[in-house]
Amino acid sequence: MFEKWFRFPEWFSEWNANNPTDYYGPVIVFGALGAGLIGLAALVVLGQPFATDSLQTGPRGTGMSRPEFVRSVTQPDPDIEEIVSDEPFIPEGGEALARDIYENVPVLGELTEDNFLRLMNAITLWVSPDEGCAYCHGDGDVETYGDDSLYTKVVSRRMIEMTRNINENWDDHVSANGEVGVTCFTCHRGEPVPSGIWYRVAPVTNATSGWSANQNLATEISQSTSLPSDALEKYLADFETIAVHDLESRVPGVPGRDVPSIQDTERTYALMNHFANSLGVNCVFCHNSRAFYDGAEVTPQWSIASLGIAMVQELNTEFLIPLGDELPANRLGPVHADAPKLACNTCHKGYQRPLQGANVIADWPELRTGEAPVYDRAR
Amino acid sequence: MITEYQNIFNQVQIRGPAEMGTDDYGTLSGDRTKGAGFSSLLGWLGNAQLGPVNLGMAGVVSLASGLLWFNIIGFNMLAQVDWSIPELIRQLFWLALEPPSPEYGLRFPPLDDGGWYLIASFFLLFSVMAWWYRSWQLAAEQKMGKHIFWAFGSAIWLFLVLGLFRPILMGSWSEAVPYGIFPHLDWTTAFSIRYGNLYYNPFHCLSIVFLYGSVLLFAMHGGTILAVARYGGDRELEQIVDRGTATERAALFWRWTMGFNATMEGIHRWAWWFAVLTPLTGGIGILLTGTVVDNWFIWAQEHYFAPTYDGSFGYESYGSYEAFIGKE
Repeated sequence: MFEKWFRFPEWFSEWNANNPTDYYGPVIVFGALGAGLIGLAALVVLGQPFATDSLQTGPRGTGMSRPEFVRSVTQPDPDIEEIVSDEPFIPEGGEALARDIYENVPVLGELTEDNFLRLMNAITLWVSPDEGCAYCHGDGDVETYGDDSLYTKVVSRRMIEMTRNINENWDDHVSANGEVGVTCFTCHRGEPVPSGIWYRVAPVTNATSGWSANQNLATEISQSTSLPSDALEKYLADFETIAVHDLESRVPGVPGRDVPSIQDTERTYALMNHFANSLGVNCVFCHNSRAFYDGAEVTPQWSIASLGIAMVQELNTEFLIPLGDELPANRLGPVHADAPKLACNTCHKGYQRPLQGANVIADWPELRTGEAPVYDRAR
Repeated sequence: MITEYQNIFNQVQIRGPAEMGTDDYGTLSGDRTKGAGFSSLLGWLGNAQLGPVNLGMAGVVSLASGLLWFNIIGFNMLAQVDWSIPELIRQLFWLALEPPSPEYGLRFPPLDDGGWYLIASFFLLFSVMAWWYRSWQLAAEQKMGKHIFWAFGSAIWLFLVLGLFRPILMGSWSEAVPYGIFPHLDWTTAFSIRYGNLYYNPFHCLSIVFLYGSVLLFAMHGGTILAVARYGGDRELEQIVDRGTATERAALFWRWTMGFNATMEGIHRWAWWFAVLTPLTGGIGILLTGTVVDNWFIWAQEHYFAPTYDGSFGYESYGSYEAFIGKE
């Protein structure tokens, strides 16, 4: 319809008809060249938008490195800002202790009153900032705060003991490269129930049994893989052997009876997958992947991680699983009504070091040890 | 418009009466079988003629048996998601029919712990063997050589090693490969890791050589023939017995390139052997794993096939985590 109002002159159309020209070819060539030039110029001027960096973890030529996008790895963990720092009051001697002032303070009784209240305040900020003191102490007046009627208070007391146990006996794991330590915040991050806890889910099907029943379903605990969903319970609570390799070139035996099976290997793989995802690292952060088992080729992180496995086993069996008796039904697992348990992700939450290695224990000598706190420690 | 020079690789789809057999008129079995159809879509990829299919009794048995194998897997998967079709679709790539647990060894396990797996595997074995026989039968009927039968046999060798020979030698059906998309990949990874890194298995190395070699030969041969199709090089059978300028040029090209050329016939022997040796060597490698060698990396070091690690890590030059996350 537009031809009515707009028409090329007759001579123009005629000339065009008489001089057919292939302009598609040049358009494609020059278009591609132009777009390429613009892209190249943009790269030079603006820089690589997906720049990567890598952390070398093994000798040159072994391909051992942890690659990351610069953009994501240099992004500080937002939780670091939420760390509560509150310097302790150095006792000068002669102060009244919490156990003398308050009733029923078996674990924190050694603390002076101001340090006791300082720690109580911090625990509230770490664990139940929205629910406040009442989350453990109930809605009553301060006089009733000595009651142990709420399960949350009983659990908290055990958790304080657990925190001290970690800082005191597992400092080779939690402070392996400089002082880091753990507080309630390392796991809780302002939530009464920390993220990254786990419950038993296997068997994952009703229709099968044995090894057919613990795998081949995308579950949260299998990290959405088809690997076994019972790796955490078998290795981090039931103390099953993680190693699957033969350390000689020939070791006769029937798999699953004398020597580890393919199935054991898949379960190990599931645990290692949990490790890698929890820390945001890859296999070669700890292993030389050409020989996963070879102790002479692992990295220093392998030892720290091995200590971590032993630590998690102890924390699950000594602290968390026994607490199952104290917890109400809504805090127990959805399938087997088991106690919530911890693993790498409960603290690490995707970072190689929790809170990117920020020193969280410096201000809290009360959580360093089960003994009376030492306040003159150089910080 | 002028069409391009026409040869058998050309996109121009010629439609005449369907080719029904090898007599002078292409009608040999025309009255013995159902007719053939044509598909333009197939014509883009190859010959547009679809059929006639000579299924035969072996083919019928093979398809029926294979269908049973397929359905046993499918219904087992469906049972695992409590007969929910949406859940079957959602979890399809994760689900599997798993071999028996290790504790049953070579005994027959309960149906829900690998029993169905063994039954399904029996039907798969029967199906594959029937199809293998069929590849002999069809070649015999055409008075062809049995090259395809033997090549398929090489693949079947690997299949039997994985699912039959090796589990028996290991004393446990649990060593067989699960039937599932992701689970069979998990099995592959776990198999390599369990036995100390399969890359140090020399037969695995050979298998990779022949696999990649097959790909390379395929590309070289395909490229060469297409390149001399303008001289009639696509008529390979004629060129074998009556060498023409196409063969001369192709041969000279490769002699210019690397000093050596395969012959018009020999290139097909190269390709056949590379393809056949891929699963043949791979199967040997799998069969030796866990039965003769349990840790390939240690084996490789013992036999000077892999270097022994000298222990110099040089941790001090690796850089720190703090620097990595931009805190230094």
